[in-house]
This record gives sequence, C-alpha cells and structure tokens, in this order.
Amino acid sequence: MNRSDIQNPLLEVKIQKRWKMFELNMDFTAGGGILGILGASGSGKSMVLKSIAGIVMPDQGRIVLHGKERDTVLYDSLQHIRMRPQQRRVGYLFQNYALFPNMTVEQNIQIGIEGRKKGRIWQPPGSKQKKRQQDAGDWIRRFHLEGLEKRYPCQLSGGQQQRVALARVLAYEPEVLLLDEPFSAMDAYLREGLRLELAKVLKEFGVITILVTHDRDEAYQLCDHLLLMDQGNMLVSGRCKEIFQNPGTQMAARLTGCKNISRIRRLGSHRFLALDWGELELMTEKEIDESIDSVGLRAHDLQVVKEDELEGWKEDPKANLIPVGEAKVSEMPFEWYITLENGLWWKCKKEASTQEVTGIVPGWLRAEPSSVLLLRR
Amino acid sequence: MDWAPVWISVRTAGISVIITFFLGILAAGMVVNMRNERGKMICDGIFTLPLVLPPTVMGFFLLYLFGVRRPLGRFFLEYFQIKVAFSWQATVLAAVAMSFPLMYRSARGAFEQVDPNLMAAARTLGMGEGKIFRKVLLANAMPGILGGGVLAFARGMGEFGATAMIAGNIAGKTRTLPMAVYSEVAAGNMEQAYGYVVVMVAVSFVVVLLMNGTVLWAGKWRRE
Repeated sequence: MNRSDIQNPLLEVKIQKRWKMFELNMDFTAGGGILGILGASGSGKSMVLKSIAGIVMPDQGRIVLHGKERDTVLYDSLQHIRMRPQQRRVGYLFQNYALFPNMTVEQNIQIGIEGRKKGRIWQPPGSKQKKRQQDAGDWIRRFHLEGLEKRYPCQLSGGQQQRVALARVLAYEPEVLLLDEPFSAMDAYLREGLRLELAKVLKEFGVITILVTHDRDEAYQLCDHLLLMDQGNMLVSGRCKEIFQNPGTQMAARLTGCKNISRIRRLGSHRFLALDWGELELMTEKEIDESIDSVGLRAHDLQVVKEDELEGWKEDPKANLIPVGEAKVSEMPFEWYITLENGLWWKCKKEASTQEVTGIVPGWLRAEPSSVLLLRR
Repeated sequence: MDWAPVWISVRTAGISVIITFFLGILAAGMVVNMRNERGKMICDGIFTLPLVLPPTVMGFFLLYLFGVRRPLGRFFLEYFQIKVAFSWQATVLAAVAMSFPLMYRSARGAFEQVDPNLMAAARTLGMGEGKIFRKVLLANAMPGILGGGVLAFARGMGEFGATAMIAGNIAGKTRTLPMAVYSEVAAGNMEQAYGYVVVMVAVSFVVVLLMNGTVLWAGKWRRE
C-alpha cells in the first residue's frame, strides 16, 4: 500500500485458529471510527481480540498495523513473525478491567505511563519519579478520579474501575485499543451514562478501536462499522446503520435484535406467504429475488390499525394487515410484549395514559412494506 | 528447667521455615508453569507425599539418603565436613521435609488464584516478564504464600517423628521441645513436661499471631 494513500491508520487482520468446537476464521480491516464485533456469547469474539493483542497465537494468518509513519507486522505465520504483546502497542480493556488489585489507582495508571516511556524518550536521571507522578496526576484529573489516587481497586465502584482501566490503557498511548465487553460487569442504570462517556473519550483520542459486545444497543450507539460473528465466522460487515436496516441473513437479523423471522413461499416479485406466521400474505417494497427464503419483521415495526380506518386499509393492496386474534400479553416496565395468535411478537410502547392493558390490543395490526426485512439462510 | 530444647526448637523452626518458604515457592512456580498435565500430576504427587506419609516413614527415607554411609550423607561429609545424621542440622532437615508440602500447596493455590487476565494486561501494557512475576503474580499471591509460611512454621515447630528418626534425641543437641516433652513424660518428670508444654503453647501462639498480622498487612489492598 502506498504511504500517501493512507490518511488514517488501519489495522488489517486475517487469522485462522482451531478452537474447541469450531474454527475461527476472520478477515477484516479496522480504522477510521470504531469497529464493533457483535456476536452471541461463545462465538469467538474475545479470541479475535486476544489474537490481535498477542495474548493467544492464531494458527495462521497475518496482522498488520498500517500506521501514519510505517507499517508494523504484528503477526505473520508465513514469515514467522510473532511480536510479543509487550511490543505491539495494542491496548486491551478487559471485561473485568484487570486492574492490579495490589496497586493503588495512581500506581495502576503509572504502569501504563511506564510502558509508554519504555525505551522511548531519554530522561535525565532523577527527574523520572517526579515527572511520572505529574503525568499520572494529569490522567487522574482527565478521568475525574481526583481523591481516589490512594484507593485500591476493590474500594472503587464499577464505573470508577472502568475509568481507571481506561486511563491506564490510554496513558500507554496504544495505536490500537481493544474493548472486550466493557459494560457487561455493570448495573443497567450505570451502563447508559458510561456508554456516552466512553463514546466521548474515544472520539477525543481517535485511536483505532475495536469493541466486542453481545449487546446490540451498545454496538449501535458506539460503532461506525459493524461486523457480525457466529461460531468463529464472519456473517456480515459494513456500516453499522446499514446492517441494522438490512441484515441480509437470518442469523444477522437475530443478532441485530429481530424477534420475528419466518420462512416464506414467494408469490410474486413483491408478494410472499409467511409460512411460520399462519400463512400470512404480505407485500414488500424491495423485490424478492430467488435467493430470498425468509423474512424478518422487527417487533416494534408493527403499527396499530384503528377501528375506523380498517375499512380504508382493507382496500389498499399495500396495507399488509395482520389479524391479532387471541393475544398473550406480558408486561415490561416501558413496553407491552404481545404475542399474536399467529406467533408474531409485537412490542407496544407504554404511554403515561396506557398503564392498563385493557384496550391496548387492537383487532388488527399492519406492517409497512418497507419494514419487511428480506433474508437469506 | 533446661532451656536448651526451647532454643533448639526456635532455631530449627526459624531456619527451616526460611528454607521451606523459598523451596515451596520455587516448586509451586515450577508446577504451575508446567504444560504437560501428566508431569504436573506426578510432580504434585511427589511434593505432597510427605504430608500423607507417616513422619517415621519420611524419617526413614531421610536416614536412607543422609546416613553416614549413604550417598548424600557421604557427599556432605566429604565435601562440607558435615555429618548430617544425628546433628542439629538434621532437625532442620526433618522440619523442612515435613513442612514443605504445606508451603508448596499454599503457594500453588495462591498462584493459581491470581487472575490470568492480570498477567495478560501487564503484557499488553509493556511490562517485562520478570517484573510481571514480581509485581503482579508474586505480589498478588503474597497473602496466600505467607499463610503457607505460617503453616510451615507451625509444622516445623511441632515436628517429632521424622526428627526422632534422623536427628535422634540428644540432650542439648537435637532434643527439640516436642522431644523434651516426650522424654520428660517417659522419665516420669511430669513437672518438667508441664513447663515445656506451656513454653511450646506460648511460643507457637505468639509466632502464629505475628505471622497472621503479616498476612493481613500483605493483603491490605484486599480490604474494602
């Protein structure tokens, strides 16, 4: 690759590794925004990060960092290059943060600073200790950890621990930052706020970032690009929003949170019969080509048809009316989960005025033809 | 009361706990890092054996190895002019042999309880392997390791069977406190035996208290 072609650093990853039940097989590029890897638990996501960091070795492949000044080969099975994790300048934020429990907040951050300075900048003897402390102080202020310098990790809350871990890894000035399920060890209410905080920090530092998660909200909120993974293989990759709009395959649809998936029989270029939803006949906006064998409908995309509008809709061929029939209702804090008689799931937002279930369930729902996701196996 | 046994016991337990401490950590570090599962099990079995064997059997083995005409005994005699069997060094040898498994098992458990992610994190932060061992693995395992030291000291202090076999019961030389208690009772001097028992309990208790304090201090970062 020509140096002048690269504005932003890029990380090129192509690895294979046999692993317990399946084979890990990945080929992707990260850089220019945050790359999210979304997959179910045990799909091999963490293994990808550990291979990049050098904590585990793949069986074969190549990992290259195309930096601003030069390319660095982190791993290459053909050239027998296996750079030690110490030399890769790849920061790893662990799921449990892996703060050193025997060191204070300040000492933990100093480890990151020492790692950065190792063999890089010559310093006059004696100035080292003081300079280091000043630096740690900067990071402590930057991550709002004032007053916690002398605390040990077990004396911190989950959110504080995450901030220390982030400060420590960013003080190391890595060229690649790997985030392994950074919010999974946290209470739901803390998570929301910290996600925004993390998004802000990552934007500010602008380092190549890969975030691994099984939470589609997290992926959607934080990532520019997304890669969906199952059993060690890549399902799809692309721009985050596009993948949510058009996941392409059944597995990808499920990972992006689509609750309703049905096999179909094609009736025409835009019509089909949903075999798993009580032989429901529906229309689509996009053309159904030969490769399409199933469809998805997001549970919140179903719309209520009011009594007085029903007759009007019945004459519209694009109405996509769905009979509700005998529905099962389950109550969530802010939503009703309603299972229709034909098996479809419908999520209905609760409003201040609709705390009572009576009158919520209408006789008919409809699906906008553009909201039908066309899927392949 | 003759104070010699007290002095001999404290010296024996003191020297032996230092030797056992480092030997135990070394052995534990070696076994934890072993890749071969079968080799690991065999080594673990050998290192734990003194804990399950009767002390007299261990004493028999020691005598077999360190007797004046046995290979190791002859080696020490020829090269260091030390006659191991039935010398005061033999009391240390017996105490080390008997307390080693306690130290080894505690250290191994402590090493294995350190989160492997900590070592991985240290590596990705550019920390060298030697520093990782000292500052991460050893430092985090230290409370457990020191706990093992307490047990090893207590075991060394109370050692009787193996000591009797390899060191004998020579007054003023190899007669430790437990030996003294035994000898006095055997000779019918219950008054003397009482004295030794009181000293034994007092010394053991103070040392264990001191060492427990050290363990707490070493693990101060674990308190919330």
